[in-house]
Amino acid sequence: MPRVYVSSVLPAAADQVWTVVRDFNGLPNWHPGIADSKIEEGRPADRVGVIRSFHTRDGGHIREKLLSLSDYDYACSYAILESPMGVENYVATLKVTPITDGNRAFIEWTADFDCPPERETELVQLIGQGVFQGGFDALKDRFKSG
Amino acid sequence: MVTVRRSTVIEAPIETLWRLLRDFNSHRDWHPAIAESAIEGGQAGDQVGAVRRFSLHDGGVLREQLLALSDQDHSLSYCILASPLPLIDYVAHLQLRPVTDGGATYCEWRSSFRTPPGQEHDLARLVGREIYEAGFAALRQRFAGAKPGRPRVVSEVAAPLPAPVTTGRAGLAGEAIVLSRLGGPEVLQPRAVEAPPPGPGEVRLRQHAVGINFIDVYCRTGYFPLLQPGEVPGVEAACEVVDVGPGVSGLSPGDRVAYACLPLGAYASVRTLPAELIVPLPDWLDARTAAACLLKGMTAEFLLHRVHPLQAGETLLVQAAAGGVGHLLCQWARAKGAQVIAAVGSPAKAGLARRSGASTVITGAEDLAEGVMAATEGRGADLVIDGIGGTNLARSFAALAMKGHIVSLGQASGPLEPYDVASLAAKSARLSRPNYAHYTSTAAEVGQMSANLFTALEKGHLKVHIGAEAPLAEAASLHRRLEARETQGCLVLVC
Repeated sequence: MPRVYVSSVLPAAADQVWTVVRDFNGLPNWHPGIADSKIEEGRPADRVGVIRSFHTRDGGHIREKLLSLSDYDYACSYAILESPMGVENYVATLKVTPITDGNRAFIEWTADFDCPPERETELVQLIGQGVFQGGFDALKDRFKSG
Repeated sequence: MVTVRRSTVIEAPIETLWRLLRDFNSHRDWHPAIAESAIEGGQAGDQVGAVRRFSLHDGGVLREQLLALSDQDHSLSYCILASPLPLIDYVAHLQLRPVTDGGATYCEWRSSFRTPPGQEHDLARLVGREIYEAGFAALRQRFAGAKPGRPRVVSEVAAPLPAPVTTGRAGLAGEAIVLSRLGGPEVLQPRAVEAPPPGPGEVRLRQHAVGINFIDVYCRTGYFPLLQPGEVPGVEAACEVVDVGPGVSGLSPGDRVAYACLPLGAYASVRTLPAELIVPLPDWLDARTAAACLLKGMTAEFLLHRVHPLQAGETLLVQAAAGGVGHLLCQWARAKGAQVIAAVGSPAKAGLARRSGASTVITGAEDLAEGVMAATEGRGADLVIDGIGGTNLARSFAALAMKGHIVSLGQASGPLEPYDVASLAAKSARLSRPNYAHYTSTAAEVGQMSANLFTALEKGHLKVHIGAEAPLAEAASLHRRLEARETQGCLVLVC
C-alpha cells in the first residue's frame, strides 16, 4: 500500500493554523486547487461522519467522509468515497503540532491508499506534491502575509 | 501529573540527527548540562533496557533507563531511576519527524511526572528549560555548522564545599553531617564545623545523641524543599548546654536538654540555635533515649490526645507499627485502654509490635482490611494512623469503621496520591493530615507535650526501642537501612 507523507513548518501558531484547516467544508478558503465545497445533507462540518462534496479547479468531483476530528490533537482523518483519481481504500490524516520554540507550527499530511502498481509513482507525486504540498504552500503564503 | 513539552526544528536531515540521538549515551556529546555519562554494564547505547548513569556540571548524578527505541518512528522513551530532583514517575519521549518541505527535522521532547506538592511549576520549568530547550539549542547550533558547542568541562572532583561560617569570635569546634547535594544516602558527608557563640535568645549546645527521622530523608532527597547543599539535616537531639546568649532564661551551662524542632541542623556534635523550643531533660532519662524518642513521642502524644483524643474501648490501627512513631503509638494507645491492631511490613517486625501492646498483628502479605475486620467482629478500626503514604489511603479506608478517623501522617512509601474527598461519605469518615510543626510551635505546647511524654516514660507506659545506632559520621549507613525498611524502633546517632 503506497503511503504519502508531506510535512512543513508554517509561520503561525498551531491554533491559528488549526482554526483554518479544521473546517471540513473550508478547503476552497485556503487550498488553491479546490473550487467549491458543500457538506451533504446540510450537516455541520465538524460532525464526525459527514460527507463533503467538492470540485477541483479542473472540474473533478470528489466525495470524502470525515472519520475523526480532534480539537485536542489538532488532527482530522478522512476517506475518499468517490474521486476521478482511481485510488482505493484512501485514508488521509492532516495534523498540526505546535512548535514551542517560536511562533511556528509543524503540519503533516499523510495518506495511505491502494492503486494499480504502474500508477503508484504518478499518484504519489500528484497527491504529495500537487494536493498536499500545494496546500502547504498556500498556507505559508497566507500566514506570511497575514 | 505534570506534563512538559518542547519542540523545535533542526536544520539537518532526520537520518543525520537520528544517528546521533538514537545512541542513549550520546547526550554527553551534545547536551550542555552533561559532564560525564556511561551505560552501566558496558551495554550498547541502543540496547533497550540499558541504564545510563551520568553526572551534571552542577554535580548531580542521575540514572535513566531506555524503555523504547524505534528506528521506524525515530523515537525513544526513557525513565528516571534516580535523580537528585524529586521527579517522580518521570517518563520522557523524544520524537523526530521529517520536514519533507525543505529537509529539516521536527523534534519533540515531552515528559510527564509527579512532584511534591507546590513544586510542579518550578520543576516543570526547570525540565523544560534546562534540559529540553538547552538540549535543542545545542543541537541547532551543532547542525547550523556555526560555532562548535560549548566545550565540555569535565570535573573529576566534586566542587569543594563552602568553608564553615564562623562569626570571628571563639567558635566551638565539632563535627557535622553536611549535605553535599540532594540525593541518596551517600550525599551525607562528615565535615568539621564550628558552633558560634550564642546570640540573643540562643543557646550553644554540645550534642550527645541525635535522633533520625523520616523527615531527614525527605529533606535529603529534596521532597521537602527545606535543605540546601552545604547545610546540615536533622531536627532532634539530646545535648548539654555550653553557654547561653543574652535574654535566655531557665537554661544554664551544664543543663541536660533536648529539642525536636526546626531549624534543621541536628546532625552535629556542636550547635547554636534559638532556645525557645528546647526542653530540660529529667535526670532519669538518658541522652540516647531522649534523642530517640522526643520527636516521635511528642508526635504520638499529639496524635492520641489532640488530633484524636483516643478513648478506652476504641480500636486503633497503627501501620508501620514497628517504626519509631509506630511502636510508641501502640504502647500509648494500649495504656489508654484502646484495642491496638498493628500492621507491619514483614513477619520479623511482628515481635516488636506485639511487645508494644498490639493484640493483633497483620503482616505485609496479609489483607489489611480482612485482618482488621476479623479482629473487630466486622466493625473496623475507629482510628487508623497511616504513615505509609503512596496509594495506601485506600487500604486504610477499607479497614476503617463507620464514622472512623484516618490520620495521614507521612509518605514513607512514596508521595500521596490525590484523594477523592467525596468518597469519605461511604463511611462518614474523617481524614486528618496533621503537621508536627503546627502542634509544637510554642514553648507552652512543647513544654506540655514533652511533660506528658516524660510522664508516660517514667510510669513505664512507654519503652523506647532503639533499633540501631551508629557514630555521627556514619549517618549515611543508618539512612540506607531506614530506607531499606530494615530497622525497627528508633535510630540514633551518637556524637
